Amino acid sequence: MNAQQLQFVPASEFKQRAAVAVSDAHLRSSFRGAMDFLIGKRAAQFPDPVLLERQRGLAEHIRKYSLARLPELLEQLERKLTENGVHVHWAENPEQANRIIIDIARSHSTKLMVKGKSMVSEEVELNHAMADAGIEALESDMGEYIVQLDGEKPSHIIMPAIHKTKQEIARLFAAKVPGVSYTESVDELIGIGRAVLREKFMTAEVGLSGVNFAVAETGTLCLVENEGNGRMCTTVPDVHIAITGIEKVVEKLEHVPPLLGLLTRSATGQAITTYFNMISGPRKPGEKDGPREMHLVLVDNGRSQAYADEQLRSTLQCIRCGACMNHCPVYTRIGGHAYGTTYPGPIGAIISPHLLGLAATHVLPTASSLCGACGEVCPVRIPIPDLLVRLRGEAQHDARPGHAPLLGQGAAKSGLVDAVWSGWAAMYTRPALYRAFGWLATRFRALTPPLQSGWTVGRTPLKPAKRTLHERMAARRVR
Amino acid sequence: MEETGNRHYPEKPARVYLFGTCLIDLFCPEAGMDAVRLLEREGIEVHFPADQTCCGQPAHSSGFPEQTRAVALSQLRLFPQAWPVIVPSGSCAGMMRHHYPKIFADDPQLLAEAKALAERVFELSEFLLEVARVRLTDQGAPARVALHTSCAARREMGTHLHVRTLLGQLPGVEVAMHSHESECCGFGGTFSLKHPAISSAMASDKVEALQETGAQTFLSADCGCMLNLNHTLQKRGDGFQGQHLASFLWQRTATDGGQS
Amino acid sequence: MSARENILQRLRAAPQGTPPLPPDVPAFYAANAGAVGNRASRIELFCEKMAFWHGEVVRVTRDGWPQKLGELCKAKGVCSLLHSEQHAAALRATGMAGLRPYDRPIDGWKKELFEDTDASLTSTRGGIAETGTLILWPDANEPRLMSLVPPIHFALLEADRLYDNLFAAMSGQGWSGSMPTNALLVSGPSKTADIQVTLAYGAHGPKELIVLLIDAEEKP
Repeated sequence: MNAQQLQFVPASEFKQRAAVAVSDAHLRSSFRGAMDFLIGKRAAQFPDPVLLERQRGLAEHIRKYSLARLPELLEQLERKLTENGVHVHWAENPEQANRIIIDIARSHSTKLMVKGKSMVSEEVELNHAMADAGIEALESDMGEYIVQLDGEKPSHIIMPAIHKTKQEIARLFAAKVPGVSYTESVDELIGIGRAVLREKFMTAEVGLSGVNFAVAETGTLCLVENEGNGRMCTTVPDVHIAITGIEKVVEKLEHVPPLLGLLTRSATGQAITTYFNMISGPRKPGEKDGPREMHLVLVDNGRSQAYADEQLRSTLQCIRCGACMNHCPVYTRIGGHAYGTTYPGPIGAIISPHLLGLAATHVLPTASSLCGACGEVCPVRIPIPDLLVRLRGEAQHDARPGHAPLLGQGAAKSGLVDAVWSGWAAMYTRPALYRAFGWLATRFRALTPPLQSGWTVGRTPLKPAKRTLHERMAARRVR
Repeated sequence: MEETGNRHYPEKPARVYLFGTCLIDLFCPEAGMDAVRLLEREGIEVHFPADQTCCGQPAHSSGFPEQTRAVALSQLRLFPQAWPVIVPSGSCAGMMRHHYPKIFADDPQLLAEAKALAERVFELSEFLLEVARVRLTDQGAPARVALHTSCAARREMGTHLHVRTLLGQLPGVEVAMHSHESECCGFGGTFSLKHPAISSAMASDKVEALQETGAQTFLSADCGCMLNLNHTLQKRGDGFQGQHLASFLWQRTATDGGQS
Repeated sequence: MSARENILQRLRAAPQGTPPLPPDVPAFYAANAGAVGNRASRIELFCEKMAFWHGEVVRVTRDGWPQKLGELCKAKGVCSLLHSEQHAAALRATGMAGLRPYDRPIDGWKKELFEDTDASLTSTRGGIAETGTLILWPDANEPRLMSLVPPIHFALLEADRLYDNLFAAMSGQGWSGSMPTNALLVSGPSKTADIQVTLAYGAHGPKELIVLLIDAEEKP
C-alpha cells in the first residue's frame, strides 16, 4: 500500500481502500496475528467475568458522571491548573489548537518540538501546521517515530506501526537514519531509535504530550506509557505543552484507579504500564528539573456536538484503549489506514462524524456487520453498535424534530434508497401484499437475477424456495 | 445485552406462536417446518399468524427508523394470547426481545406492549432447552459437526450456549470448535451488500475455519449466516454445506430419518 | 466570545437528564478488591509482579543496603552513580567510587546526565503489590530525571510501605490533598512492543530497574 497517498484521501473513498487492503494477504495476516495476540492478552487479564462486569459498571458510571458535570469540571480543572502555575488554553477547532501551540513555540524561538504520543495532536494535524510554521515536530514514541520517518500515519491508536514488519523497519532505518546499517534485531532497532531520540530530548526546547485523564480536584494531568518518551517530553524540555480533548476530565483522583486498571488491561493486556505519570505543575522554585513553563490546550473539535445529544454523548465516555478495534472483524481485515481518519475502527466510526462531519465520514458507520464485539469489550460500555445504527440514520435523514442537525446531517440522503425502504415498509406492513410477493417470487424462482448487487461478489445468487413457509403453513391449516 | 442464565423460564406451554422470519419464509421454509415438527413432537400446538412478515431488522440496521417502526408495529399485535413466541433465528429474536422496547420507548402504551412481547420471545434452541425441556433421542450415525452462531444470537440471546447443550444430548454428535469461533461470518444484513469485499473476506475466513475442523457439516440457528456461508462455499466450489439447526435436530432425532 | 466561552456555552446548553449519583469508589474497592492478605503475602506478590515486569528485587536490611548496592554496582560495571543528598553519607561510607550527587539544576549538565551517568539511586514513597509498582514523588532533593535518564535505576523500597492496590495507596497516603508537581508509578524498566509486538526493554528510559527491598523483619 502506498501510505503517502493514503494520508490525504478523504474518508469517503473508504470502499476502494478497503478493497485494496482486504486483498493484501500480507497486511491481513499481520493484522490478524497482532490482533489475536492482543485479544489473548486482554482475555488473560479478565479471568472473572462477574468481576469484569462490576469493573465496567463502575468505569461507565465514572465516565457518565464526569460527562454529566463536564462544564463545571472543566472550569474546576482550569482553576486548579492555573493555581498550580499551568497556562490553560481552549480551542474550538484544529486551527485554533495549532495556532496556540505554534505561538507558544515561537515565543521560545524553538526549532524543535519533541512529541509524546497524542492522538489529539494527530487529529488536529499539528505536525503539518508546525512544519508550515518552520518548526520540526518530532514523534518520539517508537511506533510513531517509525511511521513518521516513513511519512505515514498510525494504523492503530495504541500500536501505531503495527502494520509494519521488522524487515520493513530495518530497511527504513538503514535508508533514513544516518550511519545505520541494516539489522532485523528488534533490540538493535529499538537501540537505534533510543540513541537518535535521546539526542533530540536533550536539545528540544519544547515537549508536547497528550493526556489520558485530567483530574479536576487536584489539577493533575495523567499520562500512561511504557517507553518513557512521554516522561522525557514532559520533563526535559523547558516548556511542556499538553493537548487533550475536553472529555478527558474526571472529578476526583480516586476516579482514576478504576479507569486506569481497565485502560491498560483492555488495551494491551497489561495490569499497568511501566509509567503512570501524574503531572500537576511546572518546576517549582528549588526543584532541579522539570519544565519551567507548562500549558494545557483543551480541544473541542466537534466533541460538543456529540455532547449535545444524550445518546451520542456516550461516545465521549471513550478512554482510547483500542480494544474495540482489536476485536473488530472489519478492522482486522483492512487495518487502520483504510479508514482514512485519525481514529480507525469502531471508535473511529462513531467519533469521526463529529470531528469531520458526516459528509466525509458517513460511510464509516456502515462498515460494520453490527456483530457487537466492540460493545462487548468496551471497558466503559459505550453502546457502539447502537451509535453506528444511529449515525447511519442521521446520514440519510434530516435532523429529527427538536434535534439540532449534525455536521453533514443527511449527507448520504438518496431519493432512490428512501424509495426502496419506503417500498419495503409498504410491502412488509401489508400482509396480503407480502404473501403475494412470496407467491410470485417462488413461482418465478427460475427468473431470479444471477447478479445480486454486492451479494454475488463472493457468493452464488440467492434463489427463493419452491414454496414459502407461509404457504406451507397455510396448507397445513387447511388440511 | 442478555445476561445469559439470568432469564426466568416459564412452565412448558400447550400452545406457542411461531414467528418464522422473512428469510426462512422465502429461502429456507424447510427449517421453519422442522421447527414446527420439533415443537409439535413435544406436544405443543404451533400457531403461525398469517399476517407476520419481518421483524424490521433490515431497516433498523440500515438506519431507517421510521420504516423499522412501521414494520415492527405491524408485528407487535400479531400475538394476542399470552403464549410464547418462538423464533428460529437468534438475531430476529434479539430484535424483538431487545430492540422493540427501545423502538417504542417514546410511547407508553406501545412500550408496555413491546415489553410484554419481549418477555415472551424465545429463540428456538433456547425454548426447546429451557422451556420445553426436551430430551432428544439420537437416531443418526456418528457425526462431527461445527457450529456457527450468529453474533446477535450469541451476544443478545446466548444461543451458542443453548445449542451446545442441546447437541450435547445427542451421543452420536461431536461438536468441533473452530478457529475464531465467536467471530462474525460477515453477513450483517445490508453490510454484505454495501461492503462486499470486506464481507466476502470475513465469509471466506469463516468457511475455511469451519472446514479445517474436519466436520461433515456446520450448523447455524440463523438463516442469514447460513445463506451467507453456503452461498460463499458454493461460489468457491467447496463441497461443504451448512444446515439450519432445526433441520439437523429434526433429522437426527426423527425415527424415519426426518423424511416427513 | 472567546473559544472558552463558546465551548462552555455549548456544553451548558446540552440537555441533562437526571444526573448520576457520584460513584462510590471506596465502596467498590471494599467489596471487590480481594485483600492481598498479610504483610508477607504483599511482599511476595510485589516481588512476583515486579519480576514479571523484568524488574529485579533484592532483599536488603536497613543497615546493609549501601554495601549491597556497592556490590551490585561493581557487578554491573557501574562507574557513576547519581544520588541525592539524603543518601550521600551512607554511600560515601562504603567507599564506592563514581558517586555523583544531583546537586544543581539540570540545565548546566544535561549532556553529562544523558551520556555519562550509568546508574541512579532513588528512594520511593511505597509500592503496590497488585501490580508490582513503585511510587515515586520526585522533589527538589530527588529530581524527576533521576529515575528516567540513567540506564540503571536502583530504588529503595520499605517493605512496610507496600499497599494492596493503587486505590489503597492513594487513599492511605492522602494524595488528593497534597499532589506534588510530579508523581510517578513505575512498574519495571522502560519497554516497548511497537515493532511486531516484540517486547524490548530500555526503549527511552532505564534498561534495568533494581528494587532494594528493605525488610526490617528480615534477619540479616
